[in-house]
Amino acid sequence: MDNDTLQHKMKELRNQFPALNQTVYGRPLVYLDNAATTQKPQRVIDSISEFYSKWNANIHRGAHYLANASTEKFEATRSALAEMLHANFREEIIFTQGSTDSVNMLSTILENEVTEGDEIWVTEMEHHANFVPWQVLAEKKKAVFRYVPMTASGEWDLDYAKNEITERAKIVAFNYVSNALGTINPIQELIALARNAGAYVVIDGAQAVAHFDVNVQALNCDFFLFSAHKMYGPTGLGVLWGKKELLENLPPYRFGGEMIRKVSVTGTTFNELPFKYEAGTPNIEAVIAFNESISFCIEVGRKNMHSHEYFLLKTATERLKEIEGAFVYADIPNKVGVLSFNIEGIHSADIGTLLDQQGVAVRTGHHCTQPLWEKLGTTGSVRASFACYNTIEEVELFIAALNKSVNMLR
Amino acid sequence: MIEQKQQEIIEEFAFFDEWMHKYEHIIELGKEMKGLTEEEKKDDLLVAGCQSKVWLKASLQENGTVNLEADSDAIITRGLVALVVGVFNEETPEDILKANIHFMNDIGLVSNLSQTRSNGLAAMVKQILLFATVFQAQQKSN
Repeated sequence: MDNDTLQHKMKELRNQFPALNQTVYGRPLVYLDNAATTQKPQRVIDSISEFYSKWNANIHRGAHYLANASTEKFEATRSALAEMLHANFREEIIFTQGSTDSVNMLSTILENEVTEGDEIWVTEMEHHANFVPWQVLAEKKKAVFRYVPMTASGEWDLDYAKNEITERAKIVAFNYVSNALGTINPIQELIALARNAGAYVVIDGAQAVAHFDVNVQALNCDFFLFSAHKMYGPTGLGVLWGKKELLENLPPYRFGGEMIRKVSVTGTTFNELPFKYEAGTPNIEAVIAFNESISFCIEVGRKNMHSHEYFLLKTATERLKEIEGAFVYADIPNKVGVLSFNIEGIHSADIGTLLDQQGVAVRTGHHCTQPLWEKLGTTGSVRASFACYNTIEEVELFIAALNKSVNMLR
Repeated sequence: MIEQKQQEIIEEFAFFDEWMHKYEHIIELGKEMKGLTEEEKKDDLLVAGCQSKVWLKASLQENGTVNLEADSDAIITRGLVALVVGVFNEETPEDILKANIHFMNDIGLVSNLSQTRSNGLAAMVKQILLFATVFQAQQKSN
């Protein structure tokens, strides 16, 4: 597909997203905060509404028509996710509350695997959600918390990793795509290093799943996690994929209904996968609606999404650099549609405030990656992040609004 | 007095019919404010704030009023800080504590003060009230 056709096709997608079709402060909304959360297509919204209008029943245990129907729909999403991730077994898909919840679950169930003196590795560019839980675990188990440093251009220092990740490493957890910079990290190389060291490999895929296909088997990781809401799905829902043989042997996370096999006053035995890790009534409508997001991504095609977003990124980056004092972080080719920048002498929050007044939604600040900004010698940036439904016209509106803001602030 | 100062600000802002002029004025206030020295902008004067930082210094003066000095690393926040400081400055702890602060609402900057923790303004107002409480207790004990 040539670029014009692709742009046209993507622009048509906007009709499916009611939230995009509105004005804020009397100006057309230019939504460029997609790395924080994407807007939802009508089919996802309809699915949630339909669930409560027609199918609402608690799943997995009811002996009636609605319970069976909602269970079937709920489990259909699990199957769709297994297919999407190329998982070996559908019971390897665990529903959580989000990426943060997934990491917290992992750092809890892996607790007994870590002993004093072991090393737990992350990278310097992690989102706090894939940083703090591991740091706390290391403190608790008197393990050594270590990180792969980041270079000034926003890339991992793999030479350091090669020398330093040894058999002392017990867990190596890292992001596929940086939320603050948009860089697509060379995860295969870090996976290989972690594998050689015999460590558990945990991948935070929160910023990856909306942009390209993931094959957990080909990646050869142990755990892969992400949030539904960054992939055109509902909030409050996350996914944790884990290798079956590992999840079967690791302890449960939360205790309660659904996750048990038999409870008696003398003791309890736990249910099999995936229910062992899904205590209590889950976010049923979100899980069911998420199936619509998955179909949406398949129908549009992640390759198309990524090509289009990359085109917007490249154009925006070029236009941004025409502004005096503009500095782009991680100005390297291997990126998703995330443009992280600062303008010399101007605070990112000021730019965010004035862009907002002009209808342009961006994120400003540290983007929950304080160690990363410390390394880059600042406290944060302005982040414009593109999704499949953004247009080249919006890039121009954004640049015009930015120019106006900068002129006001200088 | 606090009420009068608020009314003056509201009248001042009623003059601007466009968002741009309103913000240009705030930016101007931010640039004009004396602020704190680099040495004073230390963590012990830092009021919480996520995106932009706000520093606040308060002292009880001999005439029984409170002296406030503040600063921010973001210019728009600095302008808003200047407005808040202007309203509370040189007032007694008693007057500060019983004041009804409504001008942010009235000039259409409510989101900057109340809902978001990001720019530290809400935390700043809270801190001013805290100082006033302490100063009032000091006055009573003297």
